[in-house]
Amino acid sequence: MEKRVVFRHRWLPYALLAPQLAITLVFFIWPAAQALWQSMLVQDAFGLSVRFVWFDNFTYLFSNREYLHSIRVTAIFSLGVALLGLVVALLLAAMADHAIRGAVVYKTLLIWPYAVAPAIAGVLWLFLFNPSVGIVAWWLQGIGIDWNHKISGNQAMLLVIIAAAWKQVSYNFLFFLAGMQAIPKSLIEAAAIDCAGPAKRFFTIIFPLLSPTTFFLIVVNIVYAFFDTFGIIHAVTRGGPAQATNIMVYKVFSDGFIGLNLGSSAAQSAVLMAIVITLTVIQFRFVERRVQYG
Amino acid sequence: MVQNRPFFAVLVHLTLILGVLVVALPIYVTFIASTQDPSDVLKAPIPMTMGDRLVENYAGVLGKGSVNASSGPVAPMMLNSLIMALGIAIGKIAISLLSAFAIVYFRFPGRMLAFWTIFITLMLPVEVRILPTYEVMATLGLLNSYTGLIVPLIASATATFLFRQFFMTVPDELVEAARVDAAGPLRFFWDILLPLSRTNIAALFVILFIYGWNQYLWPLLITTDQSMYTIVMAIQRMVVAADNEPEWHFITAVAILALIPPVVVVVLMQRLFVKGLVETEK
Repeated sequence: MEKRVVFRHRWLPYALLAPQLAITLVFFIWPAAQALWQSMLVQDAFGLSVRFVWFDNFTYLFSNREYLHSIRVTAIFSLGVALLGLVVALLLAAMADHAIRGAVVYKTLLIWPYAVAPAIAGVLWLFLFNPSVGIVAWWLQGIGIDWNHKISGNQAMLLVIIAAAWKQVSYNFLFFLAGMQAIPKSLIEAAAIDCAGPAKRFFTIIFPLLSPTTFFLIVVNIVYAFFDTFGIIHAVTRGGPAQATNIMVYKVFSDGFIGLNLGSSAAQSAVLMAIVITLTVIQFRFVERRVQYG
Repeated sequence: MVQNRPFFAVLVHLTLILGVLVVALPIYVTFIASTQDPSDVLKAPIPMTMGDRLVENYAGVLGKGSVNASSGPVAPMMLNSLIMALGIAIGKIAISLLSAFAIVYFRFPGRMLAFWTIFITLMLPVEVRILPTYEVMATLGLLNSYTGLIVPLIASATATFLFRQFFMTVPDELVEAARVDAAGPLRFFWDILLPLSRTNIAALFVILFIYGWNQYLWPLLITTDQSMYTIVMAIQRMVVAADNEPEWHFITAVAILALIPPVVVVVLMQRLFVKGLVETEK
């Protein structure tokens, strides 16, 4: 789609674009190119000389047990966040779609966690699950579960998944609800006349019609779990205990910034870049046009 | 509801109320803890009703900082967060409006190249270029400065696309009328396009304010000076310090202060917020 009528000016459009392009080049494209270049370099232990090594950093990375472990942890974490966030949001949205009275109130009460920063969400849940003072940890102890996420890797993983999903439920809820409200009422009424109860209507009509929304949300949730949850990990577990929650985005930070391993960190950056490009392409090619917005 | 099923209606409301309670639980418990006497927070289980130290605790957090000096006063950090959030929101909107205007209303060599360059920023979050970006910041002397906190984050593909999308729906007749009246492109932009974009700008502002306020990794990378800390990134240091000597009444109050501004914005401007959320994902 193009405009039929346009303005004519020799330099004005360039001047208008200049700020955006300058920032993009200096702070995005140049550092990204640097990361790609550095991913093929190796620095000696004293930082005195660098050597070009082609793809050695990548070969090393994918044969490194720690990195493979980090990939596995990331997979578990993002699937957990997406699954928990989507199921809870779908349930709540299906219910809110039925609630004629109070629907607006419920919506208001459910969407605000979106505004809470991931790191703050992490701190809130950390406080709830704190082994010595947390109220939930205390309840769990009451039913015989010994909670200490500083020792148990599985519990630490569960904690960060809950914190990350809690924040994302509101987002998923909004999109699911909008999707459900866009479904023609006549379809639902026809099913009701044919004696299909609410559960049957949900599984045979509403959920299948929501599939574009669901697919879109799966992609968005995975992007969120991959790239926006750094704050949660950093504030709550710092990748621990024993690397149990060391997701890839956290690892690239700790290897590069704390461990000062340039080549490896840059190679990890390149891997993440490939992932984010793939996810963006999926989002634009397969999702954009088929999603129905409310 | 299509049918009248009283039992089902009760179930619907029960589920929703339960959902609301679970969603609110962390905030409630945190807020309660932030009003307690320090020694009460350290006993499990912590009280479930409000303590009597609401004013004292918050005044201490804002003005004095923590007792064991793991953190300075929080009021300047909130000011930093506010400056950063406003700077990012306003900056992103301004430069995105300009570039969308250039791309939609002009034909010039390199137009598609500019478009794709902007598009690429979508695929390069800070997380994938941490170290080199830090080097650029250090070379340019932008560490520990507001410019450093704001400017590198204001390039925006989403905002540019949103305005481009909107400009496409503005009738061509308006441009023709402007040209008949001998108004130049900038006059058209200022007097016609901007007023028409008001709702879109407002919706985007809500989303971007939250985005800016909630930044974490970026301030963590480029601020080392306590006077430049933002509240969202500073809380992590307090949590680490809390492992040694817990000051949970302090940390919980900071968490509440850090989440109030964006949450208030969302609740008060719900309509704009939902519009912004849906539009930026298109």
